[in-house]
Amino acid sequence: MIHAPERQDRRKAIALAAALLLLALFPFAGAAFYTELVTKVMILAIFALSLDVLVGYTGLVSFGHAAYYGVGAYALGLLAPPYEAANLWLTLPVAVGAAALAALFVGAFVVRVKGIYFIMVTLAFAQMFYFVFHDTRFGRGSDGISMNFKPVAAIGGFTPFDLANAVHVYYFVFAALVLVFVFLRVLLRSPFGRALQGIRSNEHRMRSLGYPVYWYKLASFTVAGALAGLAGYLSALQFGFVNPELLSWHQSGNVLLMLILGGVGSLYGAVAGAFAFVALQELFSSLTTHWQLLLGGTIILLVIFLPGGLASIAGRFKRTLVGEPDDE
Amino acid sequence: MSDVVLATLGLSRRFGGLMAVSGVAIELHRGRLHAVLGPNGAGKTTLINLLSGDLAATAGNIRYRGEDITRCSADRRSRIGIGRSYQKTNIFPAFTAFENCRLAAQSRAPRPFAVFTDAARHRPVREAAERALDAAGLAARGGSVASALSHGEQRQLEIAMVLATAPEVLLLDEPLAGMGAEEAQRMVGLLRTLAPKHAILLVEHDMDAVFAVADVITVMVNGQVLESGAPAQIRASPAVRRAYLGEADE
Amino acid sequence: MDVYSFFIQLLNGLQYGLLLFLVASGLTLIFGIMGIINLAHGSFYMIGAYMAFSLSTLTGSLFVAIIVGIVLSVVLGVALEWALFSHLYKRDHLEQVLLTYGLILVFEELRSLIVGNDVHGVAVPAIFNWSVPLTETLSYPVYRLFMSAVCVVLAVLLYLLMAKTRIGMMIRAGSSNREMVQSLGLNINLVYRLVFALGVALAAFAGMLAAPVSSVYPGMGTGVLIICFVVVVIGGIGSIWGALVASLLIGLADTFGKVLIPQAAGVTVYVLMAAILLWRPEGLFRRI
Repeated sequence: MIHAPERQDRRKAIALAAALLLLALFPFAGAAFYTELVTKVMILAIFALSLDVLVGYTGLVSFGHAAYYGVGAYALGLLAPPYEAANLWLTLPVAVGAAALAALFVGAFVVRVKGIYFIMVTLAFAQMFYFVFHDTRFGRGSDGISMNFKPVAAIGGFTPFDLANAVHVYYFVFAALVLVFVFLRVLLRSPFGRALQGIRSNEHRMRSLGYPVYWYKLASFTVAGALAGLAGYLSALQFGFVNPELLSWHQSGNVLLMLILGGVGSLYGAVAGAFAFVALQELFSSLTTHWQLLLGGTIILLVIFLPGGLASIAGRFKRTLVGEPDDE
Repeated sequence: MSDVVLATLGLSRRFGGLMAVSGVAIELHRGRLHAVLGPNGAGKTTLINLLSGDLAATAGNIRYRGEDITRCSADRRSRIGIGRSYQKTNIFPAFTAFENCRLAAQSRAPRPFAVFTDAARHRPVREAAERALDAAGLAARGGSVASALSHGEQRQLEIAMVLATAPEVLLLDEPLAGMGAEEAQRMVGLLRTLAPKHAILLVEHDMDAVFAVADVITVMVNGQVLESGAPAQIRASPAVRRAYLGEADE
Repeated sequence: MDVYSFFIQLLNGLQYGLLLFLVASGLTLIFGIMGIINLAHGSFYMIGAYMAFSLSTLTGSLFVAIIVGIVLSVVLGVALEWALFSHLYKRDHLEQVLLTYGLILVFEELRSLIVGNDVHGVAVPAIFNWSVPLTETLSYPVYRLFMSAVCVVLAVLLYLLMAKTRIGMMIRAGSSNREMVQSLGLNINLVYRLVFALGVALAAFAGMLAAPVSSVYPGMGTGVLIICFVVVVIGGIGSIWGALVASLLIGLADTFGKVLIPQAAGVTVYVLMAAILLWRPEGLFRRI
């Protein structure tokens, strides 16, 4: 991960360029259904990237990350006026800010604890947010909120793109994904990012080297929450609809699953995991209405027989073929 | 008197019914290497843990440059200049040796808000890390992943990481343990060069090394200070002989 | 709130807390002794409730259903430990979370396939189907008193098992030192299997006991699971005593929260948890 050989960097760069090109051209080739599906996947990829900051780079296994996704989504749902369109440039920063605030608040409690406690406490707090939206008049109950209008991207009198158009939404989400990816790549190489990885590797030593670990973890939790809020906002924007299920613990479980599928602690892995997850979901639900049975069974088999996740298959394959050590 | 950097008074730590450290008074002076000897279970490592903040004291106090730091967290103590190494190697196994030291050095210039800069490019931190690696004799091994280093090299890295934090006080817990003869000799040499500008507390089992480098020696038994003084005084002390030196060389 | 309604709410809170204890004690034992976070623990509660429904419909008696159900849940526990959980002891928490998450999906879909997604009621057994009159208008159902009594008996039995018996000593030793237990010639794998089966049986039994009061519905397992997490966080991981105190605390807080501040009913227990986390991040009690 750090000081990877240059050859691998080049191979990764080529794969990345190909993937970017494919995604950029996809709406020209695909039918409308697939354009919307890939839009959804890219939103989930942002969500998975945000969780990877915690799980893969700070070593905090959160089982309540859907809370911030939901807060971001609800921010749009609640801010959208009933008889006119909301403005993207006003509501988006508010949504991200609200999610960041929610994460800062929860983080202040949860980063004090570790391991199993952390998993349970994040889940419990996420459930609290679920109840806030599910049970109170503020959240409009279990039916959620339908938005009558898509947000507009107007700046002054100028509207650069139309969010009622699925292809425009696709490119907007694509741009957001690229931005988030680049932002995290840069962030994780910064002194702050390196410190997070140090905490993941050996929190005790980081403390004895003089790092105020609590504040680093809290900052990480907040950044991850903000980015999850961005993903949630985009989801609300795409579907024009929010309900408490966005914050449900299935959502938190599924995003963890995406990370595992793609390989924890790799930004590429988070994106690949989102694609793999939706592909599995589509495959299984085309086979049976009880597709969660297949998904659950797959997860169980995956954990028992493939301890390193799907990503480890590639590593093992490479090792047996080329005999070179895995760089992660 | 003015060169006392770290001082404890009545420092104690209880684990259930066991007094691991009991009423210890110790003074570390700048420019002096203060060794702590004692049989296993004497409370030496606990003493270091109390000074570094890894453990909280149950009684007594610790003063650093006149300021009471008994209740300070471990990370704050490190930031104000108290660095420590561990008896059991405590490194970042998946990172390179250089990155281990770079991360240590970064703690002195954390720049957490410089999120758009590459940490590895920051000159002062890089150089501090390289100096520390060099001082510990690891200059050639910077690019190796820490978990791939030999046991002795990992011990050197352990020291290099403390040095990279540029501490004023060095708390070294058995730095020579697990080192080969040549490495140990270099470490003794390093301790000599560090001594004039630091206040060092050295816990070490290697008697020859201790008597070769120590300015002051404190002998601990059962969590208490048995005797404290110059090496010659300790060597001659009948009490120390009885309790420690004569019995076994463990 | 007058004295009688207060009294009724108090009984309800204690009864709910005691029921939570049955589920949470198994959860905390499995955490504390085997080091496993089991998200599927709530599913055992759900399975118990559905067994009570199916078996009592089949046999016509809730008591028969409960006895058969306990046997079945012990078998289920042993089988799951053997087939799945025994692989998890040396894995990290993330993998434990995932496997048990997968297990929930499987259990929920199996439930949907076998019994469907409808809400079902379970009849209160005839001998308990009456109420103790308190005033002219208020009364308290006897079945709830029976539930509480059974839970108290089980709690005492659990205490005696842990504190006084050889197997309890094995369990406590296993929680602190795996090697020591093995060196004494005790079969640690058997201990783990028994603990796991005990946890499953307790959770399933709680579900069976609660079925006539709460009715039987999809998703009942996850609700209980998350509340039990709160219980374990408050009580301290691995502490049976902590689980009991925290269960009662949560039971009372939730019950009175619903009465006193209905606008924030769902949130009370989480606020309590947050407060305890600030005060004592490792829970009220440590270890068994």
